[in-house]
Amino acid sequence: MKRVFPILALLTAVLLSCALYEALVAAPTEQTMGNVQRIFYYHVPSAWTAFLLFFINFVCSIQYLVRPNPVADKLTNWTVIAIGIAACIAAFVIRPLPEGIEPSSVATTGLAIAGFYFLIRKCFSQPRTDALAVVTAEVGVVFCTVVLVTGPLWARPVWGIWWTWDVRLTSTLVLWLIYVSYLMLRRFSTSGQTPVLAAALAVFGALDVPLVYFSIWIFRTQHPQPVIGGGGSIDPRMLHVLLINWLAFLCFAALVCWSRYRLEILQREVEETQALEALLEPRSSR
Amino acid sequence: MNFLYAAYTATWIIHITYLGTLVRRYHRLSGEIEELKKK
Repeated sequence: MKRVFPILALLTAVLLSCALYEALVAAPTEQTMGNVQRIFYYHVPSAWTAFLLFFINFVCSIQYLVRPNPVADKLTNWTVIAIGIAACIAAFVIRPLPEGIEPSSVATTGLAIAGFYFLIRKCFSQPRTDALAVVTAEVGVVFCTVVLVTGPLWARPVWGIWWTWDVRLTSTLVLWLIYVSYLMLRRFSTSGQTPVLAAALAVFGALDVPLVYFSIWIFRTQHPQPVIGGGGSIDPRMLHVLLINWLAFLCFAALVCWSRYRLEILQREVEETQALEALLEPRSSR
Repeated sequence: MNFLYAAYTATWIIHITYLGTLVRRYHRLSGEIEELKKK
């Protein structure tokens, strides 16, 4: 694994450089907004990456809460399977679907939820899901910060204002605040119940993610309509650049999560050793 | 154009700052491990 990491890091660096070149040079200039539209190639992939990380945090938090209880564990497993099946059925049965939502995307989303759930369950033990939850929340907050910084930098020249309290923007800020409070709780609480409390907070916090994502479908907002799905359209060359940038940011996020996860596991081992030593010290001094 | 460069620069400043905190935490942890080994 130690040999794989530098190779992956190098590949990610190359991918990020290519993505940067594509975004700044190769992508066509948007006619109305001009070059400032290119902020979109960093803003949107960062938002999607943050959502994905918060979703993994949500799955890990649920598993951390239910796995000690066999009945709740089984019930959750069957619920997740039911979500996957229901999404596949809904894709073919519900007509018409909301504008811009393809049947294949409904089925894929349902199957991806089930797939992610069982993949994490297979790869991580219950205590390790807690470690992964912390990691994904932290890296997710970093990406969400990028979204909240690049958004106003796009809005100022295009809208003439830095910020407006519309549903998409406000719910994103609330999402960021929820996960910052999650990290604060993890950092400053010394109670033994902290992981359980944090997991419960994360489960409720994750409910804000669909609100952020679908807010532009449900509410009338100043934020632009979605360019993929939702009835929006995008130049195929712009879509190509957008997807390359997303892939680059996904690889970067995966590497950062990997490093942070190793650090978290090491930190926990050190804390356990220190606690053990503190218990043994009075005996050895006698 | 200034806003575009500001957004891209800000993005990388945020990511590099975070990576910096990870490196700092790693060094602090390495120090703690060395102390434990000495004991």
